Amino acid sequence: MNAEGMLRRKRLQSLLLAGISWPCFMGQFAYAQRMNSGSLLSFDDMVQPIVQGAKIFKKDVQIEAPILADNGSLVPLQVTVQSAMTDLDHVTHVYLLSQRNPVTQMAVFHLGPRNGRAIVSTRVRLAGTQELVALARLSNGEFRYKQMEIIVTESACVDAS
Amino acid sequence: MNTARMQWPEPVRTGEVVKVRVLVQHPMDTGYLQDLTGKVVPRNIIRLLTCHLGQQEVFRVEPSSGLSANPFFEFYVRTTVTAEFKLEWIDDKGQKGNHFQIFNVS
Repeated sequence: MNAEGMLRRKRLQSLLLAGISWPCFMGQFAYAQRMNSGSLLSFDDMVQPIVQGAKIFKKDVQIEAPILADNGSLVPLQVTVQSAMTDLDHVTHVYLLSQRNPVTQMAVFHLGPRNGRAIVSTRVRLAGTQELVALARLSNGEFRYKQMEIIVTESACVDAS
Repeated sequence: MNTARMQWPEPVRTGEVVKVRVLVQHPMDTGYLQDLTGKVVPRNIIRLLTCHLGQQEVFRVEPSSGLSANPFFEFYVRTTVTAEFKLEWIDDKGQKGNHFQIFNVS
């Protein structure tokens, strides 16, 4: 092979390398924008504004929801908290927290001993695949939570246009 | 204008825990989406929805844009006397809505 051929091969090689490394740079720039609904919050970021250092345990809460949600703008969700719901020991609040939505706190339910059962269900909007947190505050100030991953094929944050 | 519906299994016996279902007709615009002409639809969501049984508050929700359009809620309630269920809500535009229904206990 002559020198010219080697040079061309080198050029082609560097071109290929540039092509491969390009998405890496682009990825970094896209990330640098920090789209609010694109970033995933850590568990502490989601929970600590509400819990504020109180005791928190991962038990007594169950989430019933589809594992795979076709449409993010309507995902049925049921939260069950094991509680006697008496005057002394009941659930006062149930929080639904989202990892990816622009608004983290999707809903707050206020419950009391008159409810009889600490079960609430609703339909939420989800901006993509994420881990939900259902957080329950008990009357003694402690918190219980449960995490669940829901795969969303179509985000709720899509325009009609 | 009937924009809300409430439903529970009849008849209700004294002291029984009953599942109540509430459906409110509301667009719940998030404030992030555009309409067909490209204009951003201003945020209009229900800020607060309360449920009173007689004088007692039994259920209260503070929704955000994270709840779907035409929000649907399910909760449980236990009562011993016949009373009126009073559902009230207020949205970002300041529009209030309400719905009354008699809760018969036999």
